Amino acid sequence: MRRLSWFNVTSLTLGFAFLYIPMIILVIYSFNESKLVTVWSGFSAKWYGELFQNEAFMRAAWVTIKVAFFSSTFATVLGTMAAYVIVRGGRFYGRTLFSGFIYAPLVMPEVITGLSLLLLFISIGLDRGVLTIVLAHTTFSMCYVSVVVSSRLASFDRALEEAALDLGCTPFDAFRLVTLPIIAPAVIAGWLLAFTLSLDDLVIASFTAGPSATTLPIKIFSSVRLGVSPEINALSTLMIAIVTFGVLSTSIYSKRAIARQQKEEQEAEQ
Amino acid sequence: MRRAFLICIPYFWLIALFFIPFLIVVKIALSDSMLSIPPYAPKLDISAGWAGLKAFFAALDFENFTFLAEDDLYWKAYLSSVKIAAISTLLTLLVGFPIAYGMAQSAPEWRPTLMMLVILPFWTSFLIRVYAWIGILSNEGFLNQFLMWLGIISDPLIILNTNTAVYIGIVYTYLPFMILPIYASLEKLDSSLLEAGQDLGCSRVSAFWLITIPLSKAGIIAGCFLVFIPALGEFVIPSLLGGSKTLMIGKVLWEEFFSNRDWPVASAVAVILLLLLIIPIILFQRNEQKNREAEQ
Repeated sequence: MRRLSWFNVTSLTLGFAFLYIPMIILVIYSFNESKLVTVWSGFSAKWYGELFQNEAFMRAAWVTIKVAFFSSTFATVLGTMAAYVIVRGGRFYGRTLFSGFIYAPLVMPEVITGLSLLLLFISIGLDRGVLTIVLAHTTFSMCYVSVVVSSRLASFDRALEEAALDLGCTPFDAFRLVTLPIIAPAVIAGWLLAFTLSLDDLVIASFTAGPSATTLPIKIFSSVRLGVSPEINALSTLMIAIVTFGVLSTSIYSKRAIARQQKEEQEAEQ
Repeated sequence: MRRAFLICIPYFWLIALFFIPFLIVVKIALSDSMLSIPPYAPKLDISAGWAGLKAFFAALDFENFTFLAEDDLYWKAYLSSVKIAAISTLLTLLVGFPIAYGMAQSAPEWRPTLMMLVILPFWTSFLIRVYAWIGILSNEGFLNQFLMWLGIISDPLIILNTNTAVYIGIVYTYLPFMILPIYASLEKLDSSLLEAGQDLGCSRVSAFWLITIPLSKAGIIAGCFLVFIPALGEFVIPSLLGGSKTLMIGKVLWEEFFSNRDWPVASAVAVILLLLLIIPIILFQRNEQKNREAEQ
């Protein structure tokens, strides 16, 4: 048993305080009665009420959720395919270029991705709206999905798949019945990552959104530019709460799934 | 047949929505700005055939790049982006290393929880995390209230809308990217090496410099690139926390495009930003490759 020295305790305490205090202040002050965001004048949940009555925010939230749902679903399908191709595809013409295409969007500055997609949509005459944001988000998040899924695929025992094929499965059945259940945690994690990336994205959405479709981050950004507002604090608190709940429940769920899997494997060995 | 189909779908998707758009950016960077919709010329007219294609290529030139080279606003923006990204990467390392070190030293049963605490902010909206600092750093914000209450200062410090606020914003939002790779390399560190060092007469401080730092070098380098590369093209942080004097290339590109509506210049800025990023990206890839080889 190692003991933590005072240095480590201090650095961890200060570090986590730095990471969490700004968000805690935001949450506390979303319940502030005063319109002045830095002066505490009493507890009140009225900003939440006003937020739900703000139609522009509600409409933007709905667009954002739609975009995030469709783009993360497409990204998961395409990203899983891409991961499969990279890990299992063997050699094919243009493989290096393909893996370059997969990794490049991860390091590409968002302003460039956004600008280039906008120029594409304009040159093919596609009207900007929900569809263009979905296409843009699918493109950059499929790369994240494929990184997550390919690391799982690489550590996967191929003999299981071959056994299924030997026992008369078609390749598609082998994928559906053997490979997919095993890589499922990575696929779900990829979907969640794609979903949050899409919910969060301001820059690419600003380039590819038209006047008909505004997402929540665009809305938040334009109102934040004018300064801090209690309504945005309330909205931020809700988003922090949803993310915290989501992350904690998935991590507990996956911990249990891993424990169950280990138990099954142990029983199988006996 | 089926395999070809599987390869083709993601491949063509990325060609259509990643590669071709980029070619369009390069093309527009070589075009001229026009008062029309879309605001640039020439436009490719395929119906004119070979002659049209020739005329199209003849009309492309490097004028926008000469313009960028001559106007020192752009030079300053590039240099100041590199400077801001480099300084904030260094600051993130100084803040992140002790946290990663503390995590690696803590009891094994605590580590998953600590890891979770580092990852959680990463999942929370980037925009909200940047926004949270506006209320803290402003003149009548929490930091100034706190320092004045302590009696350390009598007049509020002006932090918001300066480069200092941009540094704080970058360190805050990119901290998980620095902590995680360093923690991963520190966790693998064999503590018996440190004991051996101390047995051989090293002091704890010199054992740290001679053993811990060199063995966690790969994680430190990876963390630095993971902060430096996105910080270089950052737009949200300088536009919300920085002032009118904060020059960063992502912000310049945004303004060229949305405020000045000069698409060719915005595209030329994008091309140069990418050229600027190629060197750190290649170095990062090499570092990753080397680590993978070292592990095998």
